[in-house]
This record gives sequence, structure tokens and C-alpha cells, in this order.
Amino acid sequence: MAPQQNLAERSMAVGLRALNWLAASDLLDRLGLREPTERFLLGASKTTARTAASAGRTFSAIQKRGTPARQPKAGRTNLFDVTPDEEQRMLQDSVREFALDRLRPAAEDADARCQAPEELLAQANELGLTMVGVPEELGGVVERRSAVTSALMSEALAQGDMGLAVGCLAPAGVATAIGLWGDADQQSTYLHEFVGEQPPAAALAILERRALFDPFELEARARQANGGYVLDGVKSLVPRAADGEVFIIAAELEGRGPALFIVESKTGGLSIEPEPAMGVRAGGTGSLILEDCKLPATALVGGGDPAVYAECVHLGRLGWCAVAVGTGQAVLDYVIPYVTERQTFGEPIANRQSVAFTVANIAIELDAMRLATYRAVSRVDQGMEFAREATLARRLCAERGMAIGSDGVQMLGGHGYVKEHPVERWYRDLRAAGVMEGGLLV
Amino acid sequence: MINLEVPRKFEQLVDQAHMVATEIFRKNSRKYDLAEHEYPRELDMLAAVIEGSNPSGAGAGAVGSGSSGNGGSPSAGKVQDGNRNGSNMATLLGLTELSWGDVGLLLTMPRQGLGQAAISAVANEEQLQRFGGKWAAMAITEPEAGSDSAAIRTTAKWDEDEQEYVLNGEKIFVTSGDRADLVVVWASLDPSQGRAAIKSFVVERDNPGLKLDRLEHKLGIRASDTANFVLDDCRVPKENLLGSPEIAPKGGFAGVMQTFDNTRPLVAGMAIGVARACLDRTRELLTEAGIDIDYDRPPHAQPAPAAEFISMESDWEAARLLTMRAAWMADNRKPNSLQASMAKAKAGRVGSGAWRSRGRSATARASCSRSGPAT
Repeated sequence: MAPQQNLAERSMAVGLRALNWLAASDLLDRLGLREPTERFLLGASKTTARTAASAGRTFSAIQKRGTPARQPKAGRTNLFDVTPDEEQRMLQDSVREFALDRLRPAAEDADARCQAPEELLAQANELGLTMVGVPEELGGVVERRSAVTSALMSEALAQGDMGLAVGCLAPAGVATAIGLWGDADQQSTYLHEFVGEQPPAAALAILERRALFDPFELEARARQANGGYVLDGVKSLVPRAADGEVFIIAAELEGRGPALFIVESKTGGLSIEPEPAMGVRAGGTGSLILEDCKLPATALVGGGDPAVYAECVHLGRLGWCAVAVGTGQAVLDYVIPYVTERQTFGEPIANRQSVAFTVANIAIELDAMRLATYRAVSRVDQGMEFAREATLARRLCAERGMAIGSDGVQMLGGHGYVKEHPVERWYRDLRAAGVMEGGLLV
Repeated sequence: MINLEVPRKFEQLVDQAHMVATEIFRKNSRKYDLAEHEYPRELDMLAAVIEGSNPSGAGAGAVGSGSSGNGGSPSAGKVQDGNRNGSNMATLLGLTELSWGDVGLLLTMPRQGLGQAAISAVANEEQLQRFGGKWAAMAITEPEAGSDSAAIRTTAKWDEDEQEYVLNGEKIFVTSGDRADLVVVWASLDPSQGRAAIKSFVVERDNPGLKLDRLEHKLGIRASDTANFVLDDCRVPKENLLGSPEIAPKGGFAGVMQTFDNTRPLVAGMAIGVARACLDRTRELLTEAGIDIDYDRPPHAQPAPAAEFISMESDWEAARLLTMRAAWMADNRKPNSLQASMAKAKAGRVGSGAWRSRGRSATARASCSRSGPAT
């Protein structure tokens, strides 16, 4: 028995003792109260942190258009090429500079607080992240559909910090989704806000909280009622959950299959619960709890087409591939100077084959992840099938990305395990590439 | 613009190579795997056809000659926005496809030896006339010098009276060494001067000083002969020295090594071709067994063999893209030593399956792994 306990520990011990007494007592059973009591206690622990979703702005259409606007696709190109075009290179450079100068120094604190600093998010918006996927007629800045550009910007941001990058990029995913699949009304209601001075916080919510989650087997339900839809269920690890003003939420539409719905944070029946995770904590992940959440008929995206949903899932996975590549690059760039400077037994540890081979493998697998990701997003832009390529890229980024995170820690030894060096955070962040669905979209 | 697809202009070449792989290489694959050291005469006619249709030898069948020089012949690559897809890419794609058929047969394609790469890279006009179009093997490795090519001990002594070089030493692992018309031998003019003194000499296969010691019995690529030679006062006319006879302290060896930067992606391509053959067969077997590969659902939500297949395929895709990038860099005259090495390292692992040892698909892998792990 510890001789000294602080107040919190003592009250917790007292609470547990009481709980143990309550559980052991047959009083509850005699009174038929066991089940309701358990339900009450479960509810109590679950609802402690739950809050209403952010109040958010009022979204309203500015202009009526007859048909939705779409960014044209680039069409097939003939030659193999791994170089970004001039515009992409400029964007890449400016985003990377921002990532290394601004995101990197803020990363440790944001990771601890599970939140990105507001001024940083505002600065990130100035990079125009939310404008890449918006058609030019609606205020976008990129002439053609470019998942490649999105991926390059995501990669560059995550080179600074993956958690902050996820927080910055989540709204862009929603803007792109509405650009791709929104109807004329949805586009005129939301997109002008995403190209405005202060784009709304937003995120794509697909993941659910259960083992072996499969985005094509959703537990969140949508049923048709009173000319609209009613949603029930829980979405998990949604970035920017607390300050999100509009979400795109995946739910199984009765009789139709998985579908996407636009849900504004003000909607009744939507509440938020913080869900701090192992990694990408600065992304402000939380659960969206949908209880009898009533939506108008106009909330359904892409007419509930299963092909739209499948495309959305794959574009989301490619978003995670891109940030995994960026963070993998951060690991490599950190580890190389470390192993060449760190001396043991009178020489740099890089002189040992076990170290040199490990670093070489990080570089090889990282380039492989990058090329596989580029191939998939380039197929998106060329209007080609890309499910297979996205899956292969995802698999590489999940397996090799995690290995790179782990090797990064190992190369620094004990130093890698403590928070003095960022590799432990990158290890936690890279783990996300293997489990996340939604949240991002290129 | 970023695009990592097979260039359209090479699609026909890939199709043709695939046809050759299916109709000739696969048909003879097992025969010469069993009959090691027997000359695959079916290839003579094929080689004649390929040369007839493409005098430069570049393309479908070229192991070495298509990768000649530093970046391939400019005429082969159409330039668009300063971007070139040329003979390095074409050779890689054709060769990968042929390797899908059989790597051993590919390696022993008549007149397509690695030596021809060295000849066309550095030979003078007169030498090109004499040696062009012949089957040339390459003799670099020695019992005491493998990947460390600079450590070779074979000597070339200048005989002033006869105006000849006299070569002495031992060479091993010479691909097509027995079947070739010529062997390009690396030897040192002066071992005390290190890399700078290493030169290559064209030795006629029937030179009495070039003595065949033995042919190796191998794990795989058995259709291709691997020869060991002893050079015993092997006399070579001075006209057969490739490049400058001077010992230049700088630069000479780097030029020699550059041959490897262009051929390394091709070796990776062989592994990629064989690995694709394994994946294709594995997929057929899985389909027969009722296992579907689903590219939408997460691998963890699929049967273990399907998840394993996606994993293997993703590593294969990784190797393939790394290799295409290295070849693309060679076509565009970008230094690619790093990227070519990355490609070969990754492709070797994929080809041998050593990267994953979980064994779930070991049976499927074993059923098609003959002649696999030689990269």
C-alpha cells in the first residue's frame, strides 16, 4: 500500500471500492436493478466529455446555378515522368517552407494539447489548401482536377508535422468532395465559404470505433423519413471534430448501401466527444455522435451512388499515403545527420552495417511509397481506374510507413524513445496510415 | 507532368515481348532448366528474327546493347517538354516481359551479351566494325573480387616486341562465357595504381590463352551458361583494348562503372518479370481455390491469402516503379547511381520473396519460384 496518495487517487480508490461493493452486492439483482445501473454507469463515463458540436456559421447559397461545376480532368498523357509541373513545384516549395518553419516548431506542444493553434490554422488557410479542389467558376484556383497537387501539398505539410497537417488539410478534403460530387445547390451553399477569407473547419467522417473496421460495412445508419434522412451512429477519429462547422459523414443508407451526407455542426442530434489518439493528436480527433440526427433531402452527396462512395474511400486513403510519405521524409532527414554525427567506440554509428542498411532501407521504402502514391493520384487526374493502385499504395504506406517510424526510433536508441527528439511522435503518427479511413481526401 | 504509366509508344513492344515470352521462352523453360549446359537452339531462329526486325538490337531482346552509352541513343527518345522516354526504358520494359517468360533463356539470347554494352559504349570506329553484332560476354568477377570490381587482380602486361598485351589471371561467373564469340576481360595494367589502371580487353573466344575451367551448376537461370576461365599468357593485340591505353588517375574507372548504372535497372527488371510471373500464377491458384482479391475492402477484412497477395503485389509494384524511375533517369541523362541501386535492392527482395518470410503463401510461391532468386 502506497503510504501517500493524492486527493485524486484517494477519491478514485474510494470510488472503486464503492463500485466493487455495488457489483458484488446481490441487492441490485434482488431489486432487478443490475442492468439499468450498469447502463447508467456506462452512460455516465461516456457522456462526461460529450459536448454539442460547434455552433458554426450559417451556410446559405449565394447564387443559384442550374448544373454543378466540375474541374475538367487532364486526360491521358503519353510519357513517363516523375517531375511535378512548374505550378506544382512552386506550391510544393512554399508549403514545405511553411511546414518546416511554422508547423515543426509548434508540433510538440500541439501534440500534447491535442489541438492545433488557431493562428497556425489561419496561416495554413492562406496557402489556399481548400481552394485546390474547387472548380474555377466557383472561385477555385486550379484549372484542372489535380489529386497530384493535393498529394504534393499534403506530403509537404506532413514533412513539418503530420498531426498539424491533418488539422490543416481536413477542410480541404470536404471542399474537394463537394467540388467532385456536390450538386449545384450544395456547391453554391458551401464552396464560396471554402474559397473565402475564413474557410470553415470541416472534415470527412468515415471511420467507426470497432476492430477490423471495413468502410464498406458501416454501422452508422441513414433512413429516409419525412422527405429527408435520419442518421444514427458514431463516427470515430474525425479531425477538427470540436471546431468543425460542417462534416461529410458516411452512413449506410437503408436499402442502398454506404452513402455520404453533408451535416452542419448546428444540426440537432449531433454531438462531439474528444477522442485523443495515439498519433496525429494535433489534428484534434474526436467522435461524432449521431442520435436521431435529422437532415434535409439535400444533404445526400452524389445521389447516394456507391461508386462515388468507393471513390471517396480510395481518395481518402491516398490522402493518408501522402502524409505518410511526408512524415517518412522527416524521419529520414532527421536520422541521417544523427547517425553520421553520433559517435560510439570512436566512430560514427553510420559506419556499422546494421545502421547503414537500416537507413538505406528507409530511403528505399520511402521512395517506393512516394512513387506508388504518385502513380495512383496521377491516374485519378487522368481519369483512369485507380482502386488497385490506391490499394497498393495504401498497403505500402501502411506497412513500410510504420516500419520507417519504428526504425527512426531505433536509430536514436534511448534518445528515440523520449520526447526530446521528434522521432517518437513520428512513430505514433505514422501508425495512423495503417488504420485511418476518411479524415483526409486528395 | 507526373505520370508513371508504361509509355504508350512502348505498349506494342511490351506486347511483342510478351508474345515471345509466352510462345518461345515459356515453351522451353522447363526443358533447359532440366538440361543444364545444353545449348537452347530454339533461340537462334528467334535471335535472327529480332535482329532482322530491329538492326540496332535495341528493344525486345537486348540485354546489353540497348543500354549502350550514357542514356541511350537520342534518336530513340522523343523529347517532350525536355522529358525523354528512350532506349533505357524500352529495353527495361521488353526485358521485364521476356523475364516473365524465362530469365535463363533471356540471358542466353545469342548476340545480346553484356559485353556488347561495354563495346558499344567505348569502342572506336574500327572496333565497332570488327566486333559489332557479335555475341560478347563480360568477364569481371574473380575469386577474390566480386562486387568490389576495383580489386581485380588479373594483369595485362605490355609486350613491346610483339605489340601485344599478355593477360594472366582467373575470371569466374562469366554469363554466356562458353557460347559467346568474344569475352570482354577486365584486367589491370598496373595493380599498384588501383582503379585507374583497370582496362577492358576484347578476347576472341577461341584464343588459346583463354581456357575454360568449368561451367557452373546453379540453383536457377540454368538455361544460361556461367563459365569460369583461366587466362594463361593470353595474348591480345593492342587493337583489342577498349578505350585509352593510358592510365588516367581520374575519371576512367567511373566511366567503366557507369555501364552498371545503366544495366542495374535491367537486372532489377529481370526480378520484376519473374516476380510478376509468380504473382500471376499465385492469383490463378487463389482464384481456383475460391479466393477473390478485393481492391476496395481493407486487406484485414479479407482472407489471409488475399491480404498476403495484396502485400506481395504492393512490394512488386514498389520495385517496378523504382526501376522504371531509374531507367527514366538514364534516358534523361540524370545521374542515377542511387536510384538504380535502390531499384535493384528492392527488386531482389521481391524476386526472391525473402522480404516476407511469413510462409502463408509459401506453397503458392514455391510452385513457381524456379529460376527466381538470382538477383
